[in-house]
Parts: sequence; structure tokens; C-alpha cells
Amino acid sequence: MLNLQNIFDTIDMIDKQHLDIRTITMGISLLDCVSEDPKRCCEKIYDKICRRAEKLVQTGRDIESEFGIPIVNKRISVTPVALVAGSCDTEDYVPFALTLDRAGKTCGVDFIGGYSALVQKGFHKGDELLLRAIPQALAQTDLVCSSVNVGSTKAGINMDAVARMGRIIKETAHLTRDADGLGCAKLVVFCNAVEDNPFMAGAFHGVGEADSVINVGVSGPGVVYHALQKCKGAPFDVVAETIKKTAFQITRMGQMVAAEASRRLDTPFGIVDLSLAPTPAIGDSVARILEEMGLAVCGTHGTTAALALLNDAVKKGGIMASGHVGGLSGAFIPVSEDEGMIAAAQCGTLTIDKLEAMTCVCSVGLDMIAVPGDTTAETISAIIADEAAVGMVNSKTTAVRIIPVEGKTVGDMVEMGGLLGSAPLMPVHTASSAAFIARGGRIPAPLQSLKN
Amino acid sequence: MKAIVTVVGKDQVGIIAGVCNTLADRQINVLDISQTIMEGYFTMMMVVDLAACKAPFDELRAMLKDYGESRTLSIRIQREDIFDAMHKL
Repeated sequence: MLNLQNIFDTIDMIDKQHLDIRTITMGISLLDCVSEDPKRCCEKIYDKICRRAEKLVQTGRDIESEFGIPIVNKRISVTPVALVAGSCDTEDYVPFALTLDRAGKTCGVDFIGGYSALVQKGFHKGDELLLRAIPQALAQTDLVCSSVNVGSTKAGINMDAVARMGRIIKETAHLTRDADGLGCAKLVVFCNAVEDNPFMAGAFHGVGEADSVINVGVSGPGVVYHALQKCKGAPFDVVAETIKKTAFQITRMGQMVAAEASRRLDTPFGIVDLSLAPTPAIGDSVARILEEMGLAVCGTHGTTAALALLNDAVKKGGIMASGHVGGLSGAFIPVSEDEGMIAAAQCGTLTIDKLEAMTCVCSVGLDMIAVPGDTTAETISAIIADEAAVGMVNSKTTAVRIIPVEGKTVGDMVEMGGLLGSAPLMPVHTASSAAFIARGGRIPAPLQSLKN
Repeated sequence: MKAIVTVVGKDQVGIIAGVCNTLADRQINVLDISQTIMEGYFTMMMVVDLAACKAPFDELRAMLKDYGESRTLSIRIQREDIFDAMHKL
């Protein structure tokens, strides 16, 4: 039987500790929209998305109202567009992005992801054309998110793709310079991308997925932070146990919402993404959890260990609470979207080098990092290569979402707005990596034994 | 469908009576009530059955919220499942 304390604990988590469902994401396969005629292909894409996701937003709102749990975003992910558009008789892939944008707006969702290509080993025609179109696509749309997978543990790293992504990010920043390079906030470069990720900007609907599917991403750094305040000075065993219990509760709620959304939308349930996804709101920060463990400022020595514990405990706690776990499960560390990370970067304690080390032990990677506008394409590519190497060798997903802000330099701030937050521009190393990036080719897949 | 109604606010005469009347007007049956004073605030949770209630959930939620605000109380209604999910194995 529920008691008064249980009820008010839950209400406090929602009201005071920012507990929410970050996203209900409907994955939709576009493989049956293939056509030689690009116009026909776009029509089929638009029709299918609108038909499948017609009730997504309203269902999200209904669940929000009935269960009293905020559902911050409703999103759509689709089959990587490079695969769908590859057979079309056209060299211009921007119309596909415009179609996705229009479909997303008709359905009323917050984002639509899947303007993507998987090029870890090489490019086919569709990949080539999609990469070429990314800067314009992101500049001309509002809701479309793009991702490119440039490496994997089994394939190695496609360094030609890495080199191109540096240039694409620079061009995207230039085309969206009036909005401080906002286009780059909707572009992720992955290593070991997953097929069932509900989170943007990297969501796409993998080819191994069902025709449509419901994936849910939970949140709740504030709840973990609050729980840890009750065990000040206690050993790490107690810290880990407390995080596990909290993650279990958060995930149970996510599982319930996922099952409910799946039932109401008559769409199979895919996965719950066990994530600690921060927002720029005070009290909803992953950095503050690390600081609560005893670090004066996030980014100082001890941060990687603290994050490793947090990430592992979140997964251990969450995994029993959900029927199927997937996506990017783990603690996210997007700088601009986390109030504590912003503060730590502003005071200079949190650097890109430290963030790179942190990404070895947590979910995803160098995320929402603003850098000076004069950062070269080669340097950005080299940052991507480093991060992809971390993912490739450690058999984990890593990603780079970096925003070179034209006309601004270290110490300036950029405002992204909404969940994307604001970021101080962080310094990058100025010594050149150009000759390294110019080599091209592939970095071979790593050995999976002799682990040292 | 079962739901949980929670009421929090400064203690005053007739809170339970007022909330119960409001629910009764909509054919909502009260199954269980638990009430205490927490940190000086009147705090109550009720388990209610909505089987006979014809009003849409959204309308019910807004109506209880408005009634609460008229008496400087915070009243909310949520389906029971969310609490079960988080607190029962």
C-alpha cells in the first residue's frame, strides 16, 4: 500500500527536483519510401511520418496530464536519410531535410532526427550527397537534426570522413552565424552510433528496427543530487547504493510511460534510455552531482572517478527497472546544457582535455562545447578523431557536438536558448593538427584482446 | 481507473469537506484517505475511483487546481500507476 511519504516523495521529485521524461521518441522506418523520383520519395516520407506520428504529441500531452509527469519533448527519428535517398535520381539532398522539417512541424514535435549517414568504413553515393547537403540542410530547417557515424570498434575510423566533418561543422557554423552557429548544435559526429537512441541530435531509426517503435529517454540529475545530499561524507559504497536506488525509481517511471505511450499509439515499445540528462535549470545538473561527492569544482582531479561511479550506478540501478534498455544509457555531460558544467568551464577548471577524459567513462562524449570561431576545420577534425578513438578502443559510443562561434573568442558566452542552454567559449590547443588530418585513409579497427 | 488526489496547504476549517464535496459532485468515489500535518502544512492524499466520473481527466485536473487555488491550497490529481511504478516492486 502506498503511504503518504511515498506520494509526496514522488511529487517533490517532480516539483522541486526536476524529474521529468526528457523525450518520447517515435522511430519510423523510411525504407519503404524509396523511389527513383526524388519528389515522389519526399511525398512518401512526408505522408508516412505524418501518418505514423499523427497522435504522438497529443498522446504525450495526455500522459503528461494524467500521470502528472512532465514530458519535455516529443520527437521523431527516421531511417538514415542517406540510405533512403541513395536511390533517388538527384544530387541535391536539401529537399529531404525540408521534407523532414515540414513533417515534424505538421506533427508538432520538437525535433526530428535521422538526417544521417553511416560512413565508418566508406561512402556510397547517398552518403556523399548527404554530407555535402548537411550545412544547407541545417541552415534552412528548424527541427532537423543530423548525425554522421565516422567510426566503430569493428570498422576502425574513417579519417576521410573525419576530415570532411571538420569542414562541414565550420561551414554549418558559418551559414548559421547569425544564430551563433546554432546549426552545429543539431549536428553530431559519432563513433559506434546506436540504432535506438531517443536523444537528439543523434537519434536515427536503425535498419534493424521495426517499422515504427517508441523509445523513451528519462532524466533526473536533480533527484540524484537531492538523494546524495542525505549521505554527506559517507563512503562510496553508500553513494553508489543511493544512486542505484534513485536510478531504479526514475527508470520505473520511464518504463511505465513508455509502456503507456506504446499501448496508446499502438506502436511497439523499443527501449528506455537510462540517462541522466541535465538541463540548464538550477538543480538539474550532472556537474553538481560530482561536486556533491566532494569535488570543489567539476573538472578538478577526481572528476573522472566520480563520473565513472555515477555512470555505472545509474546503469545498475536502472537496468532492472526496465524490460528493454538501450540508446545511450548513462550520464550525459553536455556543457551548455548543464548549469554546473557552465560554471566549471567559466572558472577554467573544466577544460576540453578533461572533458575528453571524462567521456572515457560516461555516456556519449564532447557535447555542446562552444569554441572560438577561428578554430580551424583541421583542429575540429582532430578533436573528432581523438573522441572517436576513445569510443573505438573502449567499445562504447562517443560523439562530438562542437560549435565554432564566428566572431567570438575564449571567455565570450553564446546563448542557444531552451534546453540547449548557454556556453562559455572554451580554449582549444592552437598547435596545428593539419598534417595529421590531411593523411586521410582509415585507422584500422583495434585488437580486441591483450587488453592493457 | 484509480487516481491519487493530493492536497497541501495552510490548515483551515473544512478542507476535507470541501474537497470531498467537489469530488462527489463529479461522481468520484473516495476509497482511502490519509492525512497529517507536515512541517506545519495540512497534507492529505486520497485514493479515488474515477469509474463513474464522466468528465475528461484534463478537465478534472483543472477543476481541482482551480478549487485549490480559491482556498490557497495546492491540489493535484494523478493516476495511481505512477506511484505504483516508483514505489512498489
